[in-house]
Amino acid sequence: MNVLLRILFVSLLVLAAGSLAQAHPHVWVTMQTELVYAPDGTITGIRHAWSFDDMFSTFATQGLESKEKGKFTRDELAPLAKVNVESLKEFGYFTFATADGKKMELTDPAPGFWLDYKDQVLTLNFLLPFKKPVKAKELKVEIYDPSIFVDFAFAKDKPVQLAGAPKCKLDVVLPREMTFAEGKALSQIPAEEKNTTMAWGAQFASKILVHCP
Amino acid sequence: MVDAAMAQPFGLNHGTAPAPSEVGGFAGWILAKQAEFYRMLSGLIRAAKADGSAAYTLLGISFLYGVFHAAGPGHGKAVISSYLVANNETWRRGIVLSFASAILQAFSAIAIVGVVAALLGATAKVMGDTVRVIEIVSYALILLIGLRLLWVKGRALLQAVGLKERAHAHDHAHEHGHGHHHHHDHDHDHDHDHDASAWSHGHAPEPSELAGVHWLRRGLTAIVAVGLRPCSGAIIVLVFALAQGLFWIGVASTFVMGLGTAITVAAIATLAVGARELAGRLAKAKPGAGVIILRGLETAAALVIVLFGAALLTGYLASERLMGV
Repeated sequence: MNVLLRILFVSLLVLAAGSLAQAHPHVWVTMQTELVYAPDGTITGIRHAWSFDDMFSTFATQGLESKEKGKFTRDELAPLAKVNVESLKEFGYFTFATADGKKMELTDPAPGFWLDYKDQVLTLNFLLPFKKPVKAKELKVEIYDPSIFVDFAFAKDKPVQLAGAPKCKLDVVLPREMTFAEGKALSQIPAEEKNTTMAWGAQFASKILVHCP
Repeated sequence: MVDAAMAQPFGLNHGTAPAPSEVGGFAGWILAKQAEFYRMLSGLIRAAKADGSAAYTLLGISFLYGVFHAAGPGHGKAVISSYLVANNETWRRGIVLSFASAILQAFSAIAIVGVVAALLGATAKVMGDTVRVIEIVSYALILLIGLRLLWVKGRALLQAVGLKERAHAHDHAHEHGHGHHHHHDHDHDHDHDHDASAWSHGHAPEPSELAGVHWLRRGLTAIVAVGLRPCSGAIIVLVFALAQGLFWIGVASTFVMGLGTAITVAAIATLAVGARELAGRLAKAKPGAGVIILRGLETAAALVIVLFGAALLTGYLASERLMGV
């Protein structure tokens, strides 16, 4: 009887724990990242360009006024961009950086962030300054959503760039290769679609490493 | 992310940089399948615009998405299963509750997008705020259901424990106690302490008023609590379909998703009911301790619902997004 009881309680726990697990992504982001350095070689901030998948882009622009149907200007998207960066704050902008092993604090995005809309895809552009710019021998930047509601993947074209970093070596640790199933799913997405990343979770997490002398 | 609405689902873990979660094995496979099916939906909706027959493929994928989605994380099936265990409901009732809550969930998503986006032409932010309000109501209901069950089942547990102690101490003392304590409960459990069958009939009246003939009316609270909150995926798909001028395709897809979800939740609920019945049968062999174990199990199930309600309401636990079962 005790054994049975234990089994039942364990089953309940497993059921509960399973429900605490992660969901699958509902939003896909293809990103381009730029690490911004000051002339003295300190790293001052991270510039993001995040393109959302077409379904989410459509969802986010629902009900927004625009002069030309199906097109949005930067001005028309300004209020949405504001909501974006404001709500991202709660999640630490999904950006986690360490300098020589020490966590680096980010401040709110610099003014001048914007959204643009091209080929039915929304792209959010913003600069995240560091609270204290530092010189770092090793800088590590990871961009991911721990709850994997949002999937982040680097763009194929210019995923990461260093702006003004003297003699530093950039390594982008890309996620593991896609499995057959993922590749197959990918192949079924129409070719005109821009965001065709099927990556999710930490197995696929991308990491930026910068080594400076 | 783009609005407060979508922000809420992100839920826990903000601020710090938690270790990325490892996804592998069966859970990873479920995740992979869900993501795969979900990603196919936008392409299929576009395809359905040009070629009507693509709509059938869309419905098929929507169904599979629903099945896999419900097999993934989500508070709905845990709450429903715990509710069934705590109330000692039958598997048939479990299936009815599972389907009703999944269909309500589909209706909820369709109503929100239909009214807020299609009729009012409001923004994603308004939709998100609407979902947020509905969410709070839904979580509060879960907490209330849990607390009520905990009160009833916890008392029954304490009574069972007290009864056993008294039965040990004085052989005849318990006959006294009952008339007074239980006469409004229709409590068959303790009337014949030595007739094991009296309390272990699977669905004999419980030591509470919760699992009687009005189970459906009472179950309605559970259906609403779980089904009120729409799926984020369904909402996004509906808005996308609306933008393509194919709202009805989105509606059909949402219902089929709900059907798939219902099947998975019903299967899990049936497992939970089966485990509960097995416990009941085994407890039969051990009068006295058996009652305590069953009441303990029901109390634990009630506690699980309370914990879920509290965790969801306080935002400690991110529910399965705009979309979870």
